[in-house]
Amino acid sequence: MAESAKKNNEKSFRFYTRLHLKVLTGLRASNIEELLDLIKTVSGSSIYYHTHHFLQQHEQLSPEPPNDFAYWIANALNEEVMAEKIASIDTIQYHTIRALRNEIIRVIRDYTRENPRAKSRFASPDKVFHFIKSVSFILPTPYVAKDLKDFLNILKKVTTNSIYFHMFEARLRLDKETNDFSFWLGTSLKEVALAEKITSIDPYTYTMEDLRKKLIGIVEQRVRDAKD
Amino acid sequence: MQKIDRYEPIVGKSKIDELRMLAGYLKGKVIQHINSTAVGGGVAEILSKILPLMQELGVNTQWDIIKGSPDFFDVTKSIHNALHGKDTLITKEMWKTFNDISSQNIREMNLYGDIMFIHDPQPIALVKRKSGMRKSKWIWRCHVDVSAPDRKVWDFLSNFIDQYDAAIFSSAHFSHKMKPKQVLISPSIDPFSDKNREVTQDEIDAVLNKYKIDPRQKPIVCQISRYDALKDPVGVIEAYKMVKKYVDCQLVLVGNRAADDPETDKIYGQVLEAAGGDPDIHALLVEDIPYEINVLQRVSDVIVQKSIREGFALTVSEALWKAKPVVASAVGGIPLQIKHKYGGLLCHSIEGAAFAIKQLLNAPEYARKLGENGKEHIRQNFLLTRHIREYMLLFLSLYSDSGVVTL
Repeated sequence: MAESAKKNNEKSFRFYTRLHLKVLTGLRASNIEELLDLIKTVSGSSIYYHTHHFLQQHEQLSPEPPNDFAYWIANALNEEVMAEKIASIDTIQYHTIRALRNEIIRVIRDYTRENPRAKSRFASPDKVFHFIKSVSFILPTPYVAKDLKDFLNILKKVTTNSIYFHMFEARLRLDKETNDFSFWLGTSLKEVALAEKITSIDPYTYTMEDLRKKLIGIVEQRVRDAKD
Repeated sequence: MQKIDRYEPIVGKSKIDELRMLAGYLKGKVIQHINSTAVGGGVAEILSKILPLMQELGVNTQWDIIKGSPDFFDVTKSIHNALHGKDTLITKEMWKTFNDISSQNIREMNLYGDIMFIHDPQPIALVKRKSGMRKSKWIWRCHVDVSAPDRKVWDFLSNFIDQYDAAIFSSAHFSHKMKPKQVLISPSIDPFSDKNREVTQDEIDAVLNKYKIDPRQKPIVCQISRYDALKDPVGVIEAYKMVKKYVDCQLVLVGNRAADDPETDKIYGQVLEAAGGDPDIHALLVEDIPYEINVLQRVSDVIVQKSIREGFALTVSEALWKAKPVVASAVGGIPLQIKHKYGGLLCHSIEGAAFAIKQLLNAPEYARKLGENGKEHIRQNFLLTRHIREYMLLFLSLYSDSGVVTL
């Protein structure tokens, strides 16, 4: 991956795409204490999976927040207040999986300390939480942007998997400070204001198709302004 | 134009391009699929769709079938039932039949894949050949609900499973502690198959005439499934009877006969008895004519899948692809296909099924919305193209241990 990041430091931007495979861990939880213990110890790729896979599963309409822990706590344990606290963790603020994991642990700990009865709730056998982890495959697409116009055209036709990779995975899973698009726009094209505009989006509150539209809208506006 | 290009308008060009890219990384590898039957049942159906597309993408994919006697298939049916948790007696003699036929296949089959892809328990013992096939990778694809298997049968199969490099399950509920890497891959449907393609009015009329069904008279509640106790067709009749007290509807049960399922006649007899001559119950034992199934799903008002256990229940995806409102048990892979009250209704009992059916028959606008959401969910997650992509990713993952693979 260092290779692809390096390439995208240069003048042109190669779009990569990200596909993933779901690997079952055999680890399961049926109450909040078991869940907490496993959240502390499972691999980072498992935390990543359970906080992100919904984004790619529901491209246009999202029936639930992109967080399996919150969904399970609400639907299997009927602890809706705790679930809401977890669902509303501001994931974009965390630059590493470790930091995100620690925040989820903190929220569950604080809630169960104040509401010890939550510990007595058990999921029915068909609603046990199964830990899954994500294996990511990153591959180059044929699309390369040399300027803002190229970038805009490619944004319109590339898969949402590619947008996902550059907006979410490259930042969080590969420990980068910002998303790939903002990095390239700011450093290579010196489009600092545009880069900041994209950085300030909270992508977790969009479906992937809506996020694509949002990005296209921002870049189109910039292209129009540049003409004027 | 290649066959794979037909999927572009449905899933988008870029997703098809991704498949082509992935296939490029598998050049030179031979994939050999092995199962127990060429026709009937979901496994054969999926393989017959996936293989030509994989070939077209440039992945050398082959399919072979084990030999088996009726005795052998009786045993494997019992193993299947035991894996589903049904109380089943498997005698020493039956195990001997399983071992004898397995040994014969191990001796006689031509195995040549770089990646050996074995489906379900029937051919599971072939993995004994692994040590003689250097560098070969072995995958066991479990299409069965093994969330609560009979312990003895599972332990017996585990001796084989542990020799594989990877095992594939259709639901996280089926995973167990085991040596091989366990991967979650759902099966899929093909929007262009006879079971899912658009149908003509002439085709609709022909099927309705053939089975003497008139959808204009009363709304149709329908379950498409083999006549198998685990699909609970008798439970569906009970649910229908509860609904019928309040909504005048008709029930269509449709099942075919698969070559490796000896129990069909027994269960079909139970269904007829439960129906008790009600003229509004159409219990059809049909030949496997996919377009007829397609028509019957399309003329239905509510589609039911009230299984007690399920491997995955692709009939749910088929129904949702036709934007039909679905009521289905929350078992096996069904909750992956239906988010309750968003893309269909889940139930846990006969009474629950009856209530949900009534609700959908009485609220057609709500039913329509669930069907639409359900179709979109299937488009994104349960079509053949996603399935092919995940199989290729699995093949590639067999050669890497990393959590992030850069191709």
